[in-house]
Amino acid sequence: MSKELFGLAAEFNSPEEIIEAAKKANSAGYKNMDAYVPFPIEDLPNALGQKETRLGWVVLGMAIIGALTGFFMQYYANTYFYPLNAGGKPMNSWPNFVIITFEFTILFSAFTAGLFMLGRNGLPRPYHPIFNMEKAQNITGDKFVLCIESKDKKFNLNKTKDFLASLNPNYVEEVEL
Amino acid sequence: MAKFKETTRVIVPGQTYAGIDDVIAEPIERDLFKTPRWWWIALSIALPIAGLWVFSVFWLITHGIGIFGNNQPVAWAYPIVNFVWWIGIGHAGTLISAVLLLFRQQWRTSINRAAEAMTLFAVVNAGLYPILHLGRPWVFYWLFPYPNTQGLWPQFRSPLDWDLFAIGTYASVSALFWYIGLIPDFASLRDRAKGSFMQWFYGLLSLGWTGSAKAWQRYGRAYLILGAVSFPLVLSVHSTIALDFSVAQLPGWNNTILPPYFVAGAVFAGFAFVLILMIPLRKAYGLKHVITMNHLENSAKMMLATGMIVLYGYALELFMGWYSGVEFERYTYWSRVFGDHGWAFWLLIFFNGLMIQPLWFKSVRTNTKWLFFIAVMVSIGMWLERFVIVIVSLTTDFMPSSWGDFHATFWDRSLYFGTFGVFFTLWLLFIRLFPAIASSEMKELVHHDNSHGHSEVHS
Repeated sequence: MSKELFGLAAEFNSPEEIIEAAKKANSAGYKNMDAYVPFPIEDLPNALGQKETRLGWVVLGMAIIGALTGFFMQYYANTYFYPLNAGGKPMNSWPNFVIITFEFTILFSAFTAGLFMLGRNGLPRPYHPIFNMEKAQNITGDKFVLCIESKDKKFNLNKTKDFLASLNPNYVEEVEL
Repeated sequence: MAKFKETTRVIVPGQTYAGIDDVIAEPIERDLFKTPRWWWIALSIALPIAGLWVFSVFWLITHGIGIFGNNQPVAWAYPIVNFVWWIGIGHAGTLISAVLLLFRQQWRTSINRAAEAMTLFAVVNAGLYPILHLGRPWVFYWLFPYPNTQGLWPQFRSPLDWDLFAIGTYASVSALFWYIGLIPDFASLRDRAKGSFMQWFYGLLSLGWTGSAKAWQRYGRAYLILGAVSFPLVLSVHSTIALDFSVAQLPGWNNTILPPYFVAGAVFAGFAFVLILMIPLRKAYGLKHVITMNHLENSAKMMLATGMIVLYGYALELFMGWYSGVEFERYTYWSRVFGDHGWAFWLLIFFNGLMIQPLWFKSVRTNTKWLFFIAVMVSIGMWLERFVIVIVSLTTDFMPSSWGDFHATFWDRSLYFGTFGVFFTLWLLFIRLFPAIASSEMKELVHHDNSHGHSEVHS
């Protein structure tokens, strides 16, 4: 073991098994860990003790900013920058601004949701230590991996290995950083 | 691959995660020289037609908009008819991926990816039409609010500018929605790749997706929000297009029913196109156990429901024309039905009204040949609908002295025909290079099917 260790990974065969393993690891006090799975499993973040994502709130904030930007862009253009009297209608003819305001709101919220998700997940990121697993390619196929990272306070190579082995995985593997 | 019987369930029971991967990735991973012959034949038909499109655009840009039949009083002709037609087709894709996601309709899962691709390619065609129709397409960016030396802003009070924002938002949000959905599947293809080029190509596209639980959590939330914002977006896009017409004072356009009935018409045409694409796809790729009869039947039901709404729209339009008491309105609707272009109206009623009635019967809804035939009929009918609204209304406006007629030219037709080449070229490349079915979502469905018994996963 000359290279640095990212963590210990254990591979499981089904969503039920990994949820069970995640719950046990969580109650054993491990914090720095994550599961790598081929499709979203509803109860898994909870079992791992992960916090709810703040993504929704960020999107709400950006949606409001988008709405204000959309409206006041039109307001500014039509009342201050280039007031154009059309048939004596008010300069701030807000009903005409509704659609573009709406589209700005959607545009801002959609791109916030997408880019926030990518950014917080650290994507694009060509390299991730989990790819060092010998059978990492099975994660997007049909295998479910629990990885306890070496930076966790409770991490101890032998003890954690024994702990993971007690969860009845297919195998436990040391993953290099 | 085992043989599966036709079923009306969402998926055939007893499938495995690996089995899902195999069936979805197999056509993509195949060696270039083992690409099925039908694919090459289809591409060799689609590409020259796309070439015709390119040539028509070249001709348009070099010779100007006079090559079209557009003139006073019919200044909006084929380009707008075809624009509305294509963008309407796109709407079913968003409806399937966003609206059915929010309503937790599990049957969306196996067709949403392909339907989203259909949306994108239809929007490519649709979005270019108004730009090509501008006369000077190369300065289309004047429509955007951008800092310019002329010190000008676009006219924000005009529905034509609303259109730009609606379509621009729609195109970019659809592309984002589609790409985000593809990321985990690209990762799966990356991990399965045998050649280093494939690994590099899909690795690049997957952005380094690991499938960590935390990433999935954010991903799921982002995907749900994208669905939630796409729902009102898709309603707004066709409503905005309808406002291009109904804000005008032209008899036959100035009508408050236009926005909702345009949306229904869009979904109607879109589901017809979904059927036109899915029926051959599931056969060619052997996907009958993934895209089941259930999907086809549900699409047919959507077609029937929206078709009946559209039919109601036609009836109400005629009624309101009469009830308004306005001489011009009355005359426009009378000439729409009995005038020189009355044939278009009656054909429209035939294609959109009569031809969908067999869909009341389950035996028709579960017969792929019938469905395909009806879907083609509906596509023609919906084109006629836009023809009637745009062109026929324009020929006879207020003053008889300014009435006129419209004759399509060769370039009107070649550009429209060419859009099919563009669409099908993109479509063929999509089904060859990208996973046409969302494999991670299918696995989720298999998981639910296995763990919650068979009662939950039904239509």
